Amino acid sequence: MTIVLYVVVWAGAVVFLAGCLARALQYARAPLHLRWELYPVPHESPERARHGGSYFETTDWWTRPAHFNLLGEIKVMGAEILFLKGLWEFNRRLWFRSFPFHFGLYLLIGTAALLLATALASFAVPALPRTTAGVILHYVYTATGGLGALLTVLGAAGLLHRRLADEELAPHTTGGDLFNLLFFILAVGTAGAGYLLTVPSDPSVLEITRGVLSFDASLRLPPVLAAGLILGALLTAYIPFTHMSHFIAKYFTYHAVRWDDQPSRRSATLRQRFAEYLAYRPTWSASHMGADGTKTWADIATSNPAQGGKK
Amino acid sequence: MKKQQRVRIPDMARRDREPLVYIENNDLMPLPPPLDDPSKDHNWAPLSAQAKERYEAALDDTCAVSVPQPKTKEEEEELVQKFLAGLDKLFTRANNWTFLQPLLLSMEHCAKCQTCAESCHIFEASGRNELYRPTFRSEIVRRLYFKFVKRGGVLSAWQHGDIQVNWPMVARLIELAYRCNLCRRCAQTCPIGADNGLVAHELRKLFSQEMGIAAKELHDQGSMLQLKVGSSTGMNAVVVKDNLEFIDEDMSEKTGLEVRTPWDVEGADILLIHNAGEILAWPENPGAFAVILNAAGVSWTLSSELAGYDSINYGLWYDDAQLARVALKHVQAAQKLKVKKIVLGECGHAHKALSVVADRILGDGLDIPRESAMTLLRDIVMSGRLKLDPSRNDFPVTLHDPCNMVRLMGVVEPQREIVRKLCPRFREMTPHGVDNYCCGGGSGFAIMSPNNFSDWRFHVAGRKKLEQILNAFSDCLDPAIPKYLCAPCSNCKGQLRDLLAYYDLWNKHRILYGGLVELIVNAMADVKPGFIEWEWH
Repeated sequence: MTIVLYVVVWAGAVVFLAGCLARALQYARAPLHLRWELYPVPHESPERARHGGSYFETTDWWTRPAHFNLLGEIKVMGAEILFLKGLWEFNRRLWFRSFPFHFGLYLLIGTAALLLATALASFAVPALPRTTAGVILHYVYTATGGLGALLTVLGAAGLLHRRLADEELAPHTTGGDLFNLLFFILAVGTAGAGYLLTVPSDPSVLEITRGVLSFDASLRLPPVLAAGLILGALLTAYIPFTHMSHFIAKYFTYHAVRWDDQPSRRSATLRQRFAEYLAYRPTWSASHMGADGTKTWADIATSNPAQGGKK
Repeated sequence: MKKQQRVRIPDMARRDREPLVYIENNDLMPLPPPLDDPSKDHNWAPLSAQAKERYEAALDDTCAVSVPQPKTKEEEEELVQKFLAGLDKLFTRANNWTFLQPLLLSMEHCAKCQTCAESCHIFEASGRNELYRPTFRSEIVRRLYFKFVKRGGVLSAWQHGDIQVNWPMVARLIELAYRCNLCRRCAQTCPIGADNGLVAHELRKLFSQEMGIAAKELHDQGSMLQLKVGSSTGMNAVVVKDNLEFIDEDMSEKTGLEVRTPWDVEGADILLIHNAGEILAWPENPGAFAVILNAAGVSWTLSSELAGYDSINYGLWYDDAQLARVALKHVQAAQKLKVKKIVLGECGHAHKALSVVADRILGDGLDIPRESAMTLLRDIVMSGRLKLDPSRNDFPVTLHDPCNMVRLMGVVEPQREIVRKLCPRFREMTPHGVDNYCCGGGSGFAIMSPNNFSDWRFHVAGRKKLEQILNAFSDCLDPAIPKYLCAPCSNCKGQLRDLLAYYDLWNKHRILYGGLVELIVNAMADVKPGFIEWEWH
């Protein structure tokens, strides 16, 4: 039975990674689009980013060196990822529920990473759990895991309540939305409860992590904790196939859409890619398009439907 | 009128011909004084019986696109099939490489948190009517995407929500695509980066590029007319030159300076392209440009090539092919004259269309630099080349930020530097800059007045801007104090002109609107005083 749990946990991780990769590739492989940026763009120079200005504010901008303020982007992304700054600014009521949920997940992810690292290190240094460092690590991942689970469950419950009770949100809520939040509450709640119900003779979370890594069939997991881990693995596998994978989308919506202000004159690659796209043959049916499937976008763009289609 | 009902997505497919919502003045967002009494607001002109009989008008109290009603069930079915075919094409590389990536992202990741709704001026002004919630339209498209493009089954319907497709739904969706200003304020606040403005834009494209359905002001009388005679105003090169000659004479008399607009000067540094609507509706604007550029010793010219004298590019709002065709005409006009750069006059959407959106379709050999007139004017004003007397502009001035130029292009400060230098009583609107509110005329609405659409445009789309204007001038509403609303964009000016006239704010409170160059010329010490005539126009 323990082996089944290990397989589910591994499968959950593999499906999650494969799903995320597939989704990222789907967006990355989509053709580059026409520019559609939104200001402020934080990689502008700080004095311009402050008021949301662009290089278009500079006379003969094409004769000046391009400016890319990476630090500006990092600052904005950091505040957005860690503290959901956009939500704080534009939807404060929701932030009080969404932030604990997301921050709780960050803590759980951090806990998992720490446990994984400790478990791997303990294979090399078996005495690690009994050393001072091992004891400190134990307290750290116990605290982050406990706090993470608590915040995640409270946040998800708060979001669920808002979805059901708020007359602005309820009409826009589908069965899937409710299921997603319930799934989080159930999986994290069960795992958390399972941990709280453990007795000293049960394996520790570090031993379980080592067991997952080494497929140690000798471990006997308490049933509630085992159920929580299975639910957690299923939830992990499910996420990439829902809108909840917005942590992947967000990279593209910010970097590839909102902040993509690169002019084509400064990139031979851009010009080459767009030359390829102009050779595509669209099939739009409206008569003014003149798209019969044989004409390229370049043919269409250089034709004039108001003058009999001549170029 | 009936009491407002909370509309839901399944209502879109209702077969009765009754509008889904009715809006009454009492439902709308309250305005500040002196327009704070809804009972004194204009009543909406009802949609005529003829319009109801002929067109698809079952969305709300108005009708923007005037789609003829199909005569048979077969015709309805054919249109639905065309719609679904177009929907598929929106998500294919060959047909929609132009916006496929951002569209996919907006389809697949909306968390339905409604943060966007709080930022939408139309939703707020309508009294938070569900129909105008930014996600209402997007949610329909999202459900269609999962059902018909991704071929989702029962599980997908449960996860994303189901939707019924019939002709009434498609017909209502056509109208709903034209209840958004495409200002993208909602996208700016979306924590995930989903873009409801883009969804409305892509819907308009589907209807135009697949079904041949678009607002006639944008297509037949807009981009098609421009590609036929050179300008959506209907002016050909001869007429436009005649008009400019008349404007030059008028400006010479008015300013005391000799004003001459150069045409087709090969090798000039700058090709200036105006929105040709200025030439007909606000001739003092191109006239003021000529005064400033000549006084500053700038080497510039206008072009008489097809579309070379009209910067409008309505394709930006509804059709990628039309956008590309017009952008190419602009660039070819510049190439022919061998100018160093194109400078765009006071027209926001022309700025964005040619400088930003068309940038990547202007490949090698076509990528002539494009620049905003705001930076050129800022440089002239700050350089000391003009003798300027700000005391001539000693009246309250506020500045409207055209969305296309500011939030969507990042030209924020140059125009502010000018008004701060030249207008001692300048005050900002709240909010302003990239957080501005649309004038309500964006995405083509400023030139659209079919049926009773103007009533919707003023009561709903323009309401938030009206509130901002009244608040900006709240300390000086006394009609004895003339006030200037500066809007460096032709379409915004068109909307603001109509909006101010609708509420009679010139007669009652002396709020005048105009461009930026007029303020500059008004402050030029070498020009006869009183360039800005405090008269309604």
